[in-house]
Amino acid sequence: NEWMFLFSLVCSGEIFELKAELNSDKKEKKKEAVKKVIASMTVGKDVSALFPDVVNCMQTDNLELKKLVYLYLMNYAKSQPDMAIMAVNTFVKDCEDPNPLIRALAVRTMGCIRVDKITEYLCEPLRKCLKDEDPYVRKTAAVCVAKLHDINAQLVEDQGFLDTLKDLISDSNPMVVANAVAALSEIAESHPNSNLLDLNPQTINKLLTALNECTEWGQIFILDCLANYTPRDDRESQSICERVTPRLSHANSAVVLSAVKVLMKFMEMLPKDLDYYGTLLKKLAPPLVTLLSAEPELQYVALRNINLIVQRRPEIMKHEMKVFFVKYNDPIYVKLEKLDIMIRLASQANIAQVLAELKEYATEVDVDFVRKAVRAIGRCAIKVEQSAERCVSTLLDLIQTKVNYVVQEAIVVIKDIFRKYPNKYESVIATLCENLDSLDEPEARAAMIWIVGEYAERIDNADELLESFLEGFHDESTQVQLQLLTAIVKLFLKKPTETQELVQQVLSLATQDSDNPDLRDRGYIYWRLLSTDPVAAKEVVLAEKPLISEETDLIEPTLLEELICHIGTLASVYHKPPSAFVEGSRGVQHKRLPCSAGSVDSPETSSTAGVSDAPPAVIPSQGDLLGDLLNLDLTPTTTGPPPPAVSTGMQLGAMDLLGGGLDSLCDTLVCDLQIGAGFGAAPAAMPASFGAPGSGGLDDLFDLGSGVGMPMGAYSPPKSVWLQAMKAKGLEISGTFARRAGVIQMEMTLTNKAMSVMTDFAIQFNRNSFGLSPAGPLQVLTPLSPNQSIEVALPLNTSGPVMKMDPLNNLQVAVKNNIDVFYFSCQYPISMLFVEDGKMERQIFLATWKDIPNENESQFQIKDCHLNAVSNKLQGSNIFTIAKRTVDGQDMLYLSVKLTNGIWVLAELRIQAGNPNYTPCICCYSAVIKNITPSF
Amino acid sequence: MSASAIFVLDLKGKVLICRNYKGDVDMAEIDHFIPLLMQQEEEGMICPVITRGTVHFMWIKHSNLYLVATTNKNSNASLVYSFLYKLVEVFTEYFKELEEESIQDNFVVVYELLDELMDFGFPQTTDSKILQEYITQEGTKLEVTKTKVPTTVTNAVSWRSEGIKYKKNEVFIDVIESINVLVNANGSVMSSDIVGSIKLKTMLSGMPELRLGLNDRVLFSLTGRDKGKTVMMEDVKFHQCVRLSRFDSDRTISFIPPDGESELMSYRINTHVKPLIWIESVIEKFSHSRVEIMVKAKGQFKKQSVANNVEIRVPVPSDADSPKFKTSTGSAKYVPEKDLVLWTIKSFPGGKEFLMRAHFGLPSVEKDELEGKPPITVKFEIPYFTVSGIQVRYMKIIEKSGYQALPWVRYITQSGDYQLRTNA
Repeated sequence: NEWMFLFSLVCSGEIFELKAELNSDKKEKKKEAVKKVIASMTVGKDVSALFPDVVNCMQTDNLELKKLVYLYLMNYAKSQPDMAIMAVNTFVKDCEDPNPLIRALAVRTMGCIRVDKITEYLCEPLRKCLKDEDPYVRKTAAVCVAKLHDINAQLVEDQGFLDTLKDLISDSNPMVVANAVAALSEIAESHPNSNLLDLNPQTINKLLTALNECTEWGQIFILDCLANYTPRDDRESQSICERVTPRLSHANSAVVLSAVKVLMKFMEMLPKDLDYYGTLLKKLAPPLVTLLSAEPELQYVALRNINLIVQRRPEIMKHEMKVFFVKYNDPIYVKLEKLDIMIRLASQANIAQVLAELKEYATEVDVDFVRKAVRAIGRCAIKVEQSAERCVSTLLDLIQTKVNYVVQEAIVVIKDIFRKYPNKYESVIATLCENLDSLDEPEARAAMIWIVGEYAERIDNADELLESFLEGFHDESTQVQLQLLTAIVKLFLKKPTETQELVQQVLSLATQDSDNPDLRDRGYIYWRLLSTDPVAAKEVVLAEKPLISEETDLIEPTLLEELICHIGTLASVYHKPPSAFVEGSRGVQHKRLPCSAGSVDSPETSSTAGVSDAPPAVIPSQGDLLGDLLNLDLTPTTTGPPPPAVSTGMQLGAMDLLGGGLDSLCDTLVCDLQIGAGFGAAPAAMPASFGAPGSGGLDDLFDLGSGVGMPMGAYSPPKSVWLQAMKAKGLEISGTFARRAGVIQMEMTLTNKAMSVMTDFAIQFNRNSFGLSPAGPLQVLTPLSPNQSIEVALPLNTSGPVMKMDPLNNLQVAVKNNIDVFYFSCQYPISMLFVEDGKMERQIFLATWKDIPNENESQFQIKDCHLNAVSNKLQGSNIFTIAKRTVDGQDMLYLSVKLTNGIWVLAELRIQAGNPNYTPCICCYSAVIKNITPSF
Repeated sequence: MSASAIFVLDLKGKVLICRNYKGDVDMAEIDHFIPLLMQQEEEGMICPVITRGTVHFMWIKHSNLYLVATTNKNSNASLVYSFLYKLVEVFTEYFKELEEESIQDNFVVVYELLDELMDFGFPQTTDSKILQEYITQEGTKLEVTKTKVPTTVTNAVSWRSEGIKYKKNEVFIDVIESINVLVNANGSVMSSDIVGSIKLKTMLSGMPELRLGLNDRVLFSLTGRDKGKTVMMEDVKFHQCVRLSRFDSDRTISFIPPDGESELMSYRINTHVKPLIWIESVIEKFSHSRVEIMVKAKGQFKKQSVANNVEIRVPVPSDADSPKFKTSTGSAKYVPEKDLVLWTIKSFPGGKEFLMRAHFGLPSVEKDELEGKPPITVKFEIPYFTVSGIQVRYMKIIEKSGYQALPWVRYITQSGDYQLRTNA
């Protein structure tokens, strides 16, 4: 490179001069020359050409000169590995210098020379320094082991340095202990399986002693190390907590946060009824609040962590709302975080104050902050029902300001408020409509269009309003186009006479003039629905919507637990697990909180306990699920012999609609699942089917009754005798139920055991729990001769009259023939009622799952299951797998089922894998909810 | 664990000095820092952590410098920021001012300090008084007897060296309370607290053992004493010289003090305090013509006390012009670069009430951009008085040589973050 060549020529003059000075006999001149070299290095000039000359200056008795030469070495040794060897002798010599400063300097610099060739020469000096009489040298040598390990791990292990390092934990000097702990932790972190930090009560005790004596930084190393320990029992946990709590009074924020981490983790093990538990909770709030008077960057870290702590243990900060009020001069990142925490802490008790503050913020000028404040007002309305009215009027006030982005943001949140409290605040629609023209953001436009469509019957000029959007249809974003399509279809279904032209217009825009497949497909669905069955269209499009949940963006519990273990670190700032942003940490085990007291050695109880005290159960968002799926360990579930008998658990929860009938429903369901699972157990090695079955929005719609990809048909029990001949004047009926191609069938064998011919068969059902009734007459066309049998399949529908039966799945039947009328009752498997479109969209599942009250949850056990088989088998019975993931070796399936009457059942299936004996263990949480229909 | 490398940059992003501690992050990554920061600033979304690929930049700004730590691990972020602020503290104590010039003029010492303050990303000795014992600005001659590692570095007492001598042994104790207040436009106090700080200037020989007695309510209830006024401290933070476990068990504040000046402790008190200087304001804005401001300040503290150097800052629109003032006391002036009126009152006795009126013209053409609503802020100092009523009951000083030492105590109350929102 010519330019480089010229440049080096220009510089060479200077270099030449320096070279001469470096080789000068005069010490002062030499030192000045090295200083010049370092100065050139500092401003980014390449002075590596002087390597031999600088190294020649290494042997000096001037400490400052020596330091400069060492500094030079650290910078250039890597680029001149061969010459770096020249330095080895001096290092070795300096490590035996009578002055500990020199010994430490040598051992510190040595480790920074990342040249593989020379590392082995450094082992002997390092070994000596690790045993040095001066603690200053020992603490420096301890760190050097970590440096060397980073360059050549095998060498460090072979030389036994790790053991020496472990011994240093018992050193008499606190600073040496702290650095040894830091070095060991560092090595352990990059080699997660090394089992280096096998902490036991003795070492823990040593660490806790050193904690009182070492520097603030040393305290952080020790606390961070302690956080990796899992105490044996709650008593040990308490005693560690007692010795860590004084650190909460340390002036250094980082010491405080590391102490909080240890306490938050070990607190998990304390029984909640323990007095100490309450005391500890109370001790945590004041130091966390004080962190908010630290420097802004530290405040930011503290706030991100408080956000986690508030989600895990809301009780700690619940009275501290005021400290999160935003100050005018707070940096924007602090403002936004404070706002986030304010929403989390909002409750009926403090809502008035919070709203007043939010209103204040909404009139600020910082756009992002204002938007978030407006959104927060909406969240308050949804979270605290009593405040909803006040929130809505606040939002209306804000809309009056006519500040464009405020108006838009307000409309977006008002849409959510409508969803949460239907038929309550629609009186404000007129005001909203006034601002139609000023909306230029897709989200706000879409929200407004949704409102117009949803309440079309109350808006006189809804058609005009929607029509006005239609003009620029193709310039709108997809979000707005989709919403506009749906809104106009809604309008049409509500006011068919006046809007026929409009709906045709939008349908043709969507299907013919658009090249967006989502839009086109949605257009076609509507079109066909409307043209074939307007009633069905009405049912689909105007269906009741699921309620939206109070808490949004809660962190999924397992992630939250992991993040609590990382308090103070970048993970806690990003709210992401370290594996998401640290290279090479994919295989690393995710940190978990210890189990709560009393359940340490029994995994089953602990998992139950975990669920019952966990804050609102949240299903991980799609992203998380995918992440976990990628991490999925294949081996346990895919190979090996079929599982032996197992214990499994599942329960179903109370369904208010059906009241006491629930138990029987549960029983039936259990029974179905058991058999279903039994079938599925046979294929032992099946390729793992990753991920939830395809989940595009369209599938959900088109899947209706298709049964595409069903591996096996729905389970149908064998026939049993329903009506005995001796009780029915010779007519014997045996039968079963089956679901075939989406139709429930009652399949019967009628046998004439009498002496005379039977004719004129008819059938009728009594009112029953799910409104089952014959969809047509009983087709027995030919007379039934004595000793003759006939197979009849009677299709059923579920539009009959409903009455709660006991058991729930009991069906009372009357069969008539030419002889008499006979009555019998039979029970149908509940799985007949599982409809084909019972696959809930993930997002809805997620939201719904969170909303299910705990009392609706229950669990019970199923035997003999195999993950993939189960999934396939279940789908055959219209029990759909929404998501699959692996947590701590347990495979979890999230399932949804929809009954003919629109009731949804959500379930979680846990299968214990990873055990060499393949002991699957399933436990399901499931709950029943009502009135969930597709999202539009 | 923490930082891979530390950089000191000028405002344009040029590296003034850096130190690579771990070698696991490419040093050239720092070139991306300023562009990323600029981008964030443009979007109005600055954040103390910036990510680029697998590299994370944690940064603070001090005068005309950025101090940046890089890492590619899940570092302890709070440790990194604490350390960066500690760097500022140490450099400031070494060079008086920490700025571009002082870094360039002292690069050799900066290198030495960086080498001593952190090793392989682990912060080490950061006590500047101790560092000054073996890292000096004059080149050290290597005489084995002279430059040894001060044993203090690795001692349990790492903040005080042995052999300190004073002719006259004295301790000066300053108790300083700062009042933080946030008042809403309608006059209701949204939040208020007191942040107290006890500062020492220690001029004591040897290794003295000190014990500080306060009228701490928890201590009094522990010992069953019930005399006089006590103070409930919500949270207390101590200098590392204080034995925390001792305080945790029996609320005794015992310590071997660092020599010279130091902050011994700070505390936070949540009790609702009456804002010591109460402000009522009427700011009327007549678009296109003028702004009329009326501010009334009232001293809500004892008549015997006097607030000194009171400064009341009242925001005005940025396009205001031709100011006119009238004050019942003190003087008012317009500070156009900060868009505010500064009303100064040298001495403000308790119970008194003062008035200031201001008049500004507004241009007939209104600006497009919306302006924020900065609050009125107040600064003041009231000597010989603590708002919480905290008192130093005793300071016991015991040294094995048995000298007599005198503690001197001074109290002062001042404004902290003192904000009153306005209706304007």
